[in-house]
Amino acid sequence: MEHYHMNLTLKVWRQKNNKAKGSFETYKVKEISSEMSFLEMFDVLNEQLILEGKSPIAFDHDCREGICGMCSMHINGQVHGPWAQNTTCQLHMRAFKDGDTIVVEPWRSKAFPIVKDLMVNRSAFDRIIEAGGYISVNTGNAVDANAIPIDKKKADDAFMAAACIGCGACVATCINGSAMLFVGAKISQLALLPQGGPERESRALNMVAQMDKEGFGNCTNTYACEAQCPKGISVANIARMNKEYIGAGFATEEN
Amino acid sequence: MNSKIPQGEMDKKWEDYKGHVKLVNPSNKRKLEVIVVGTGLAGASAAASLGELGYKVKAFCFQDSPRRAHSIAAQGGINAAKNYQNDGDSVFRLFYDTVKGGDYRSREANVHRLAEVSTSIIDQCVAQGVPFAREYGGLLSNRSFGGTQVQRTFYAAGQTGQQLLLGAYSAVERQVALGNVTMYRRHEMEDVVLIDGIAKGIVARNLVTGELERHGAHAVLLCTGGYGNVFYLSTNAMGSNVTAAWRAHKKGAFFGNPCFTQIHPTCIPVSGDHQSKLTLMSESLRNDGRIWVPLKQADTRKGSEIPEEERDYYLERRYPAFGNLVPRDVASRAAKERCDAGYGVGTTKMAVFLDFADAIKRYGRIEAGKKGITDMPEKDIVALGKDVVAEKYGNLFEMYAKITGENPYEMPMRIYPAVHYTMGGLWVDYELQTTITGLYALGEANFSDHGANRLGASALMQGLADGYFVIPYTLGNYLADEIRNGAVDPNQQAFLDTEKLVAERINKLLAIKGTKTVESFHKRLGKIMWDKCGMARNAEGLKQAITEIRSLKAEFWTDVRVPGEVNEMNPELDKAGRVADFIELGELMCIDALDREESCGGHFREESQTEDGEAKRDDANYAYVAAWENKGDSEWALHKEDLSFEIVKPTQRSYK
Amino acid sequence: MGATGLFLITFLIVHAGINSMIFFNDGGETFNHWGHFMGSNFIIRTMEIGLMLFLLLHIVEGLLLWRQNKIARPVKYAVTRTDGKTKWYSKSMGLLGTLILIFLIMHFYHFWIPSRFGGMANIQPLAEITLGQEYNNQPVHNLYKEMQNVFSGNLIVIIFYVLGCISLCWHLMHGFQSAFQTFGVNHKRYTPIIKAVGVLYSVGISLLFASMPVAFYFGWVN
Repeated sequence: MEHYHMNLTLKVWRQKNNKAKGSFETYKVKEISSEMSFLEMFDVLNEQLILEGKSPIAFDHDCREGICGMCSMHINGQVHGPWAQNTTCQLHMRAFKDGDTIVVEPWRSKAFPIVKDLMVNRSAFDRIIEAGGYISVNTGNAVDANAIPIDKKKADDAFMAAACIGCGACVATCINGSAMLFVGAKISQLALLPQGGPERESRALNMVAQMDKEGFGNCTNTYACEAQCPKGISVANIARMNKEYIGAGFATEEN
Repeated sequence: MNSKIPQGEMDKKWEDYKGHVKLVNPSNKRKLEVIVVGTGLAGASAAASLGELGYKVKAFCFQDSPRRAHSIAAQGGINAAKNYQNDGDSVFRLFYDTVKGGDYRSREANVHRLAEVSTSIIDQCVAQGVPFAREYGGLLSNRSFGGTQVQRTFYAAGQTGQQLLLGAYSAVERQVALGNVTMYRRHEMEDVVLIDGIAKGIVARNLVTGELERHGAHAVLLCTGGYGNVFYLSTNAMGSNVTAAWRAHKKGAFFGNPCFTQIHPTCIPVSGDHQSKLTLMSESLRNDGRIWVPLKQADTRKGSEIPEEERDYYLERRYPAFGNLVPRDVASRAAKERCDAGYGVGTTKMAVFLDFADAIKRYGRIEAGKKGITDMPEKDIVALGKDVVAEKYGNLFEMYAKITGENPYEMPMRIYPAVHYTMGGLWVDYELQTTITGLYALGEANFSDHGANRLGASALMQGLADGYFVIPYTLGNYLADEIRNGAVDPNQQAFLDTEKLVAERINKLLAIKGTKTVESFHKRLGKIMWDKCGMARNAEGLKQAITEIRSLKAEFWTDVRVPGEVNEMNPELDKAGRVADFIELGELMCIDALDREESCGGHFREESQTEDGEAKRDDANYAYVAAWENKGDSEWALHKEDLSFEIVKPTQRSYK
Repeated sequence: MGATGLFLITFLIVHAGINSMIFFNDGGETFNHWGHFMGSNFIIRTMEIGLMLFLLLHIVEGLLLWRQNKIARPVKYAVTRTDGKTKWYSKSMGLLGTLILIFLIMHFYHFWIPSRFGGMANIQPLAEITLGQEYNNQPVHNLYKEMQNVFSGNLIVIIFYVLGCISLCWHLMHGFQSAFQTFGVNHKRYTPIIKAVGVLYSVGISLLFASMPVAFYFGWVN
């Protein structure tokens, strides 16, 4: 692949804090290498801003290898930018060409309030997990790992659901701001495994209740979440969650 | 320094310890508070387990969620002496392999305990719903890893760390829901608070508001990971830092073997000055890929265009017995040797080829054989082979293609070693307690189990062993005596004093208003460390490095520019505090490397090598853990914990 | 949405089935026969109340959904771009539903209201259309005639109906398979079948409906 350099115009959402009013600012970056990652381009811009005496842009990022789920940018109208099954940190500047204008916005969701600039607060996801995204097994209680054989197909499906990195792109891209893919993936993972059996019903009911409480929108099955998920989590998990939820609703004896 | 190793036979020590350890009754546990800093495998598993026991736990992470800790990025797997494969594995063998792999610089008793509890870890994780890979019969699958002779590695595709962490994370979130654990997200520990020399809490900074907070507790657990980012470029996350461990060190916790760094041989090479971090390609690639450089120096041809006879498969040439599967440290040094000699490839010339062309053809022929076709054209064989390789390594190849823009199915990949793990860390005794009473270090943050070199798939094992199965016992032994001490009041003078010092340091950083960015200092530190305290070290270079780091430190504290305010979200300020600590740590690492005039594991002193350039250990003079005590600015005293090997007798490693 | 949607989908089959009787081209004899059956059968009439309630519920649910989802994203993106996989009509169910509602109002005005609450122009005695004895010579709504009246002369009405059917087609295209997803049916083997059936159904039923006014307009049936 040939390397090249480019000059770019960036329109970035700036917002001092949660209370402040935000707006777009325009920046120019020069001589950006096509081999840089998108976040490295932001590093260059930030260095430039600091040396100019301006405030650098705050954005979330950590592992920069597409697994921690911390990076979260809405780039030119798409979550995590133009590449399919990709996180912002793995997006490289080869995706752009000289003279491009790139608009960068934070995740937009009522349940993900902005912390600063491009950073949002995704603790709603933690609270949903707290509502039931676990198997209640204290350390030391476990039986031998091979005591319960698990159908390989189910184990594989559980793994595919568990591959979710909790970045929130599903919410951010959904026209409804729905978190069903995130919640569905966790409910699915645990419903597919025998270990998750005893708490299946309460898990489905409680996690969905918490999801609604956090202010996420409702799923209308547009499947944009699957199309934009960096890990390609399938909407089949949402269907499975619906099944679990409906089943639990009938089965439960609680009010 | 008392390592508190229990008496008795090696395989009875832990059992014995557990049998005699002091206990805390359930109603008292509710009154005891524990602070856990860091929510990776060690921190999350510790917080969850202690919460389950009934302690009041406060957990801290600098990320926006505990699930983001960098344990999540571990790819390969987790070892356990389950012997499900009936291939001769046992607790003893895992213990033996780990001590030997660590090049005889770890503490036998700790390693044996690690091997013992390894089996319970797998049970626990499966019970939590960790979706490990399985066979068609529904039982767990294993693979061999890191050159061991048994298949003891459990894995979940290339995302084992992620799955294990999410398991521990869910356990800790359950305790949050139950009210046993309070989670402090986007918080950074700034200092540990000592009262009469005993750890009684921390001062943390809320990274969103910038406010300092005082938190009291009966014990403090540091589960803050490794310090590979001292090299600026490493496979660590951007936020991975040494700050918590370093502040504890400056308060009196000894730092063990700081120079022991693991350089991983198969990483995607640096592409330019803009590089912010390095990405690991799983070690499993070396099972099928062949590593080579051109025979001619400064060859600019594309890898695929260089004919077979003009290639140097240097690992196969130098180590015919192990070939491409030599341990990490050996493979890394060999790559560096070739590149330094001018045979490197790629634009920077600091890379070697990892070639799958042979593997593709080999697998293609096997597939053709399965179909019973003997005269299949080369093109079709390659196509079949590519499918097999894609199935085995598809996600890694994809990642490589995303980062480099090259197609690894067509062109040999370029790889180069990168800093990956730090075996060194806070010195701890058998109970994982540092030299500060009440302060513990778990996981990569401590020095204990891997000696001078860590075996593949052992980091996850150690983090979870410490958190799930060791600390619940050893901490109880300490806290049993804390029952009489009531709640720790965070408004005591010691807390206020510590908070004041922390505030002063932060204000000082902001007040410098110099001309150079934090990032530029970090890069310069990284370059010094990589060049002079990296894969190969010598006395002269290390001495130079120490001088350079000292002047870098002086320059940092007079010319750094930290923008923004104290009381706001200010990532540059967070980074400044971390880099300031890295600079000091870098100096200690060089001092330690200079002191250790032998080569062992990841530490290669050029003065100590065999005639054919292999590492030469010096057991007579250096069979000790170097525990450094901070005595003030750039001053350290060395304490030695002598290592005795009752079971695994040291031999020189050979892979020829 | 799924439950009410599925009910309405079933209704459409009955509706389209009976209306197709016009294509017997027997001057509406068969059609009116069944039309009368639907209009006079006690069970069907009871179900009609249910149908109206479900329709209303479907609309109310849709409005609530729309409102909740609007609240879920108080600040909109400045730029949005489609991912190339998500279907436009899946994201436009509210709009399509509204178009169908407008169409329905017209449709009701033309047929349902006059038939239920009187005012239908051409009430004719049964005898004239000789349907048999079982109706005891009671007058029967000649819906066939009514269709002819509405559709024969007015091109604008025809265009409106055809547009309504197109909206319906896209609405169903999403709605059919979406309802199954909502009820937790997403299966590697069956979902592609459900989707295919959904497309066939949506296109088929909409074409069938659209063909009726067109057929009357061009005099293919009379």
